[in-house]
Amino acid sequence: MAATLKDATAIAGIGRTAFAKRLPESEKTLACRAILAALDDAGIAPSEVDAFASYTMEETDEVEVAKAIGAGEVTFFAKAGYGGGGSCATVAHLAAAIATGQAEVGVAWRSRKRGSGPRPWTNTRAQLPTPGQWTRPYGLLRPADEIGMLARRYMHEYGATRDHLFNVALACRNRANQNPAAMMYERPLTREMYMTARWISEPLCLFDNCLETDGALACVVVSAERARDCRRRPVYVHSVAQGLPAQHHGMVNYWNDDPLSGPSWTAARQLWKSADFGPQDVDVAQIYDAFTALIPLSLEGYGFCGRGEGAAFTEGGALEIGGRLPLNTGGGGLSEAYVHGFNLITEGVSQLRGTSTAQVPGATTCLVTAGEGVPTSALLLRS
Amino acid sequence: MSAELLQPVPDEDGAPFFDYAARGELRVQTCAGCAAPRFPPRPCCPSCQSFEHRWKRTSGRGRIWSYVLPHPPLLPGYAAQAPYNVVLVELADHPRIRLVGNVVASADAPLDSVDPGRLRIGAPVRAAFHRPADGLAVVRWLLERP
Repeated sequence: MAATLKDATAIAGIGRTAFAKRLPESEKTLACRAILAALDDAGIAPSEVDAFASYTMEETDEVEVAKAIGAGEVTFFAKAGYGGGGSCATVAHLAAAIATGQAEVGVAWRSRKRGSGPRPWTNTRAQLPTPGQWTRPYGLLRPADEIGMLARRYMHEYGATRDHLFNVALACRNRANQNPAAMMYERPLTREMYMTARWISEPLCLFDNCLETDGALACVVVSAERARDCRRRPVYVHSVAQGLPAQHHGMVNYWNDDPLSGPSWTAARQLWKSADFGPQDVDVAQIYDAFTALIPLSLEGYGFCGRGEGAAFTEGGALEIGGRLPLNTGGGGLSEAYVHGFNLITEGVSQLRGTSTAQVPGATTCLVTAGEGVPTSALLLRS
Repeated sequence: MSAELLQPVPDEDGAPFFDYAARGELRVQTCAGCAAPRFPPRPCCPSCQSFEHRWKRTSGRGRIWSYVLPHPPLLPGYAAQAPYNVVLVELADHPRIRLVGNVVASADAPLDSVDPGRLRIGAPVRAAFHRPADGLAVVRWLLERP
């Protein structure tokens, strides 16, 4: 019988810095603060850390981080690609390493000064060759443009409206308004604000786009057995998956048979295949929200509803606390902080500890997803 | 105007597409073994794994599959023409092949030369070839029913 990752490991600690448009400290300093906070949360000494995982876009590396925090001998380190698509994969890689005995204490982290630093799409040299030769000269410059293209087609095919996208923006904003750490804590959103907001890439307006944030987050992954001796209630890594569909191209995923079924569909098949429960059993979801339009696509991909039903799913307060599927309960990338989705992982842990600022009563299962559109990853967590 | 826009930086696989475009031809890479067209271009066929291919001429006709209207913040050359349109065109000859481009009033017209209200998903378009510099061409699209 094949080895299984199911519940073999757990997230024992989470940590973060403040979130802001501009933080004075460097990404390296912020990374160290978040990692040390996560280790303190777990009650594990930095010298015990022997594994690291982050994103390929992470600019602080394990050598510098390990040296600064005082890690011991490190025997596993990995990076997951494709921007925000790698968020959950960092935990997945650590879980696999720990479950197979390659390491015992893993740290995943993301530190990014995207609030005060440059927007990646302004770097034309890095982005123009493959696959940019097919898109950027025509002014399809930014992720918002690339996803806006899918959003308009989705709206056309399935009758989705801006009100559906507003439902997503509002749910995230409402949760941020409950979360003092969120960048939008004291900034309520109204339908009128949404409908009269400036366009970024029609059909997407300002409030369909995530925040630009300086901040860092981290989590600590250990064996389930070890986690039970840690300071906090363990949150088990129940199932993990990455997803790169056949004939996928990147965020400009326009060249396969069906651009509206993206990497989430691939990740979901693997995720549910190795889980003891299904979409109907998920108490709370943290779904990658760089753009509102990714939510209906992901709701379909992860099986919460049928193809073309994702927009309608958001109606009637379904994404609010008390709704069918409370969403992004810390405020998500749209309204808490955009740190490539790592705050979705830590919020999932908070929910299953029962300590979220917008707690779903009795939540025992949580789906966390990484960027949809790009090659992605996902986690099922349970308490 | 065009000098401020990004020019394509073709890779080895994509270069023939732009070479044909410079001659006013819209061609797609097609497997010489199983005849399957593929886009974007790549070294071998994902259906039959043959490394032999041809560049097959298309009618240059298609339909708008989707479009966006980007607004600032944008790179300066694009911000100057914003809001402009970016369309995804599904080729009539090969419905699975979709090209990113712009609907313009004529091959050398600005990116904002067509009223966005004229754009609709499904609208028929045909290719035109804008030549921003010697030996270089980018594909633009004209509405069949302007």
